[in-house]
Amino acid sequence: MIYQIPFIAVAGLILIGLYAVIFKRNLIKIVIGITLIESGVNLFLITLGYRQGSLAPIFTGNPNVDKAMSLPVPQALTLTSIVIGVAVLALMLSLIIHIYRHYGTLDVKKLAKKEADEE
Amino acid sequence: MITWESFLGSFDTGSGIWNPLVWVLSIIFILLIVYSIRRYGKTGYKEKTDQTQSFLSGNPEYEKEQMHIKASNMYWGFTESLKFVYKILDRMHTGNVSDYVLWFVIVLGCIFVLIGVI
Amino acid sequence: MNFFESLLTHSPALIVAVPLLGAFLTPLISKINDKIRNAFVVFIVGLTGVLISMLSYDVLMNNKMHNYVFGGDSALIMPASGESFAVRIIFAVDGLNAFMIIIGAILAFVGVIYSWHFMKEHTGLDKYYTLVLLMIAGMLGMMLTGDMFNFFVFLEITSISSCALIAFYTNKGKSVLAGFKYIVISTIGALFILFAIALLYGQYNALNMAVLANSIQFNTFTDKIALVLLISGLGMKAGIVPMHMWLPDSYGQAPSSVTLILIGTTQAGLYALFRMVFTVFGRHITSPIELTIAGNNILAGTNLNSIVGIILVVLAILTMIIGVMMALKESDFKRMIAFAAVAEIGYMVLAIGAAFFTLSPSEITIEGVQVTFYSFSQAGQMAIKGGLFHIINDALDIGLLFLVAGAIYYVTKETSLNKLGGLARNMKFTTIFFIIGLLAVSGMPPMNGFASKLLIYESIYLINPILAIVAILCSILLLATFVKVLHSVFLGPKIPKFDEVKEVPASMLIGMGLIAIVIIFFGLFPNLILENIVQPAADALMNYSAYIGGSLL
Repeated sequence: MIYQIPFIAVAGLILIGLYAVIFKRNLIKIVIGITLIESGVNLFLITLGYRQGSLAPIFTGNPNVDKAMSLPVPQALTLTSIVIGVAVLALMLSLIIHIYRHYGTLDVKKLAKKEADEE
Repeated sequence: MITWESFLGSFDTGSGIWNPLVWVLSIIFILLIVYSIRRYGKTGYKEKTDQTQSFLSGNPEYEKEQMHIKASNMYWGFTESLKFVYKILDRMHTGNVSDYVLWFVIVLGCIFVLIGVI
Repeated sequence: MNFFESLLTHSPALIVAVPLLGAFLTPLISKINDKIRNAFVVFIVGLTGVLISMLSYDVLMNNKMHNYVFGGDSALIMPASGESFAVRIIFAVDGLNAFMIIIGAILAFVGVIYSWHFMKEHTGLDKYYTLVLLMIAGMLGMMLTGDMFNFFVFLEITSISSCALIAFYTNKGKSVLAGFKYIVISTIGALFILFAIALLYGQYNALNMAVLANSIQFNTFTDKIALVLLISGLGMKAGIVPMHMWLPDSYGQAPSSVTLILIGTTQAGLYALFRMVFTVFGRHITSPIELTIAGNNILAGTNLNSIVGIILVVLAILTMIIGVMMALKESDFKRMIAFAAVAEIGYMVLAIGAAFFTLSPSEITIEGVQVTFYSFSQAGQMAIKGGLFHIINDALDIGLLFLVAGAIYYVTKETSLNKLGGLARNMKFTTIFFIIGLLAVSGMPPMNGFASKLLIYESIYLINPILAIVAILCSILLLATFVKVLHSVFLGPKIPKFDEVKEVPASMLIGMGLIAIVIIFFGLFPNLILENIVQPAADALMNYSAYIGGSLL
């Protein structure tokens, strides 16, 4: 049962992140929701590489070690995904600063109304 | 390579043959006939005199901006008679980004029920 | 010659590497002069176009597949224990990939030429050209790759650079808001695609598309979840209703030359959807194999093709109807063309979705084992050909309409249709290009839209008549919307405010003229294009085992 906890955590993170994106009205809370979804997917990627009773996948030159190593490929995929997530987060936050300067509000419904009235 | 026959070939769908070059040549031929008929009766027409003013049954001529039918008013009959459909569509197309993700999750759920369960 | 042959061998990597290198050199070169930077960007895109034409000529004419393995000479590693596994990132170019990169080449070249004069009076142009080159590199990478995670990385590269370009007019609040909506939607779609890729990796320990196609068995629950997530995530990127609402916002607020290349990235998402459904899951959807030995079903195929077919057809009909009806009501020029683009995507998905219903079995018996092969019928093959041909036609037609909208905006600084009128007297060339685009979008002869739409109508009528009737109705309504635009923008009396507008500058006319020439050429000789370019792509799509065999050896 204890080996299933990361997968339950992944499902919980993704569901909470989706809840924050769909039902919250502040733009920054939507961005936080996206970050939560991304953390969930990264956690899922790392958890896939674990084998029971394994070491970190680093060659240390010790000739007596006979145990298995966990897979290194998902760790490389996760690093790439984290970097992409950082870039997207920076872009989203700078766009929010511009939006606030133009419209003066961060509420999604009021933004939609102001954008439709701008004609 | 590209052969000469396939270059001039007809467009063969499953149930008929259609050749675009024949169509273009016949249209050009018909346009030539139309042009020659039009040239046949074009005498006695003087430009820039009173013959070219528009006649509106004696009414005064408005400004150019008011005479031109605007784009929003053009298909008034169509949009007015289908108002029940457009009310639903307008309520669907809000500007919210949260609603866009909600539609994505709804479609995800529907496809999941179809593929995963059936 | 040895130089050309080595260039051809390395061309899949060069096609992505040359715009990437150009993107990083552009800010340095722009410190010298403006004209030199513009000429450098056009040179880079032209060089990429030459490489693309060499590669696609070789793949399409000689009917072979190009593989490029990054970092070595074999994609398979055989350790001492005996079994081999694929380990490197490969670019696999078969007929369908060659078809898509031709579209990318044309759109990129015309977009860069058009933006020479269109963006001349704006500031911050070095960042603009850098981002355009990055977007072109990402789009071409998406179309060429044969590895699932590599596809995700290129997808994110494209979406980040397009978001920054959509929000290019930072003095208008609407553009920045449209950019924000685009990046939120794009990131959520990409994260769900990554989740599906992780599911498939955890199950089969492979990221290569060919290896996955070889080894997917569709009997566990996680495979079904992966298929569902991939269809929805890629459908959101391609603009299928009801996930299409980011399309009018982002296409309508971006500068017109950027919109042209954005069309290419949307088609790349649609290509990825077809690749997943036909090739990666191909063993279970398009060619399930059933083996019966002495009356017992050993390897039973699934009936998945009708379920996926129903999903695609229902979504496509919704897309066409909603896209066209929203376009009729719209009064902003570029938003209207964006809704028409949504409706056109519906045509492609309808054609390919309807082909799923025509799978029919044919049985052969090998040594007492009865094997049932499934293959598409004649109508299904024609529908797939029509759908693929429509991809390139639609990209060209909608692209031409967006370029005309950009020309109108450049001259009059207005985007709303209510305030324009009578521009045909001063802008003759633009009117002619708009009429060509109008006839092409609504499927009138002799433009290319007629050729592909005729194939789609005829093949779908043989499958189910009601779908063909709906498709023809939507085509007529599309004609109605663009005739409305023609009347209210170009015809009519000359409005005194626009009395002294002049024709647009030369580079914009050259860009529009190039696309118009290609449209008329495709329309007058559709047989040429169908036999030489579309038929190899359709064959590559329907035959998933050729993809597996060609990319692992």
